[in-house]
Amino acid sequence: MKLKDRKRVLREMVLARRFEERCYQAYIERKIGGFLHLYPGQEACCYGVMEAARPGFDYVITGYRDHVHAIKCGADPKAVMAELYGKETGCSKGRGGSMHIFDVEHRFMGGYALVGGPFPLAAGMAKAIQMKGGDEIAICFLGDSANNQGSFHETMNMAALWKLPVLFVCENNLYGIGTALERSTAVVDQYKRVCAYGIESDVCDGQDIEVVLEHAHKAVEHVRSRKGPYFLELKTYRYRGHSMSDSRGYRSREEEEQWKQRDPINMLRDRMIVEDKYTLAEFEAMEKEIDGYIENEVIKFAEESPDPKVEELTKYVLAD
Amino acid sequence: MAEIMYWEAIQRAHDEEMARDPLVICMGEDIGVAGGTYKATKGLYEKYGPLRVMDTPISENGYTGLGVGASFLGVKPIIEIMSVNFAWLAMDQIFNSAAKVRYMSGGQLTAPVVVRSAGGAAHQLGAQHSARMEKVFMGIAGLRVVTPSNPKQAYGLLKSAVRSPDPVYINEHELMYNMKGEVPDEEYFHPLEGSEVARSGTDVTLFGYNISVHWCLKAAEILAKQYNISAEVVDLYSLSPLDRAGIKKSVAKTHKAVIAEEDEAPVGVGSEIMAIINEECFWELDAPPVRVHSALVPQPYAHNLEKATIPDHEDVVKAVLKLFGKA
Repeated sequence: MKLKDRKRVLREMVLARRFEERCYQAYIERKIGGFLHLYPGQEACCYGVMEAARPGFDYVITGYRDHVHAIKCGADPKAVMAELYGKETGCSKGRGGSMHIFDVEHRFMGGYALVGGPFPLAAGMAKAIQMKGGDEIAICFLGDSANNQGSFHETMNMAALWKLPVLFVCENNLYGIGTALERSTAVVDQYKRVCAYGIESDVCDGQDIEVVLEHAHKAVEHVRSRKGPYFLELKTYRYRGHSMSDSRGYRSREEEEQWKQRDPINMLRDRMIVEDKYTLAEFEAMEKEIDGYIENEVIKFAEESPDPKVEELTKYVLAD
Repeated sequence: MAEIMYWEAIQRAHDEEMARDPLVICMGEDIGVAGGTYKATKGLYEKYGPLRVMDTPISENGYTGLGVGASFLGVKPIIEIMSVNFAWLAMDQIFNSAAKVRYMSGGQLTAPVVVRSAGGAAHQLGAQHSARMEKVFMGIAGLRVVTPSNPKQAYGLLKSAVRSPDPVYINEHELMYNMKGEVPDEEYFHPLEGSEVARSGTDVTLFGYNISVHWCLKAAEILAKQYNISAEVVDLYSLSPLDRAGIKKSVAKTHKAVIAEEDEAPVGVGSEIMAIINEECFWELDAPPVRVHSALVPQPYAHNLEKATIPDHEDVVKAVLKLFGKA
């Protein structure tokens, strides 16, 4: 399925990629602390699904690899970067950090750091949607290894039982931290695992955004038309380690190179060059413009923003 | 003012709040068609239907998390966890999601759920059905913990918890559901913070909460009649936050303190109250405070061993006599 506006989506994916690469650099420079889980390689998953859904309208929740999902829902990259810098202007006021990006105004309901934790939260949001009678759906993006948590099974059962309007997107990047899927999981085809609960599911390539779009379209329509929950598995790959402390000793450089041959950004770009008279020069100019924006606006904003006030340490623990 | 049972008080609070607001729901194991293990939701399924009175699968972490997620969008779930022992399974969602989401989102998102559960030793329920967990809950930032000692509190605390913008854990007790007490006929909201002087006295303060308030009241009766000791009983219905000012005020009046809890030491509610006494009013003390608590054992089954594990009013009396150098 062809994207309606390939140019815009390509630009958004490049921004996501360059944003994450700049985070890497800032982490090395010790501007960003804590754990940092980066998204390069998986962009077609988030963008493909969200192009089929309604960003800012549908409720989205995910794990700790969350910067890009927040931005796609409508979060300002400046506020996301400021959060990583631990600044008061950060989207979570510097209280959350990389793993806890929130932008409730745009219905990005958070990044959570317990693997599998968002499953029941997503089902609960769907329960609320069901009660309130709106047209929204809940979308839960998680990785393959979250499916080995009890919360996965408990949630699939309840979501199916109560026919909740929730779409589970499994970004299967083949590794749970540093353990390969086939070494941790008896059934490696993730989409098959929800059959036990009578949940409709599908699987597709997670690198080609237009393939993702087509499958996501069907998935979103299923959930939005109140036919019950849906589970979509996307086969993808993260280029970097699980987090910054990961030297990727558990997989080969050859494997990484093979996946990079099917890079989601390059695939869309090359298709546009062939089909849309798009040029490499245009692409490079866009990259340059994005890098300028990240440096001169995003990083500058994060650098220049104030720290949270120590006197406000306990603000937000309970309601005032 | 009518005299009703503890479970009836909880049921009434549910009913009133659900009648008022269509977004108030309740969920838990056996709470609907079966009417609730302790009858706290009796008749609600018939009145409000399965979408609002949800019989959940036996998936404590799953349904608690589902309630938390629903609360993000303005639904107000009252979640019953049949026994506190099972609340351990829901701890991930209570601890990592409900209690922390306001803070880690910089105040953008809140999880105003109410989680109710029955704890405590009943009658020979053994190691995995007799636990107390209040000491665990009260150490969690972002969570309010209350524990009603009578039907009035059970009604008024649940009413206030439903209206609270914060997540609230309500610690009930398996042996108290049939306890009778007066509850106002008109709508009543009990404050979620503070403490109550359940009996006024001058010679020693007996601190209790939930079931141990009743040990303290009974002990105070015996102390007055048999030993001419005037004991004040302070009911700490809020365990988080603890009422530091209330604790200080009573100790400053009586200069002696005994703390009674069903939870076991070490690391109990009593340890924390003793720490507060030290921090707030050490120089008011005439004698070192004494704790009354359970033995540190997995709850035994045998009747005599169970009795030896759990304290009662006699242990409170003994502690006071020790404090007065009479034992």
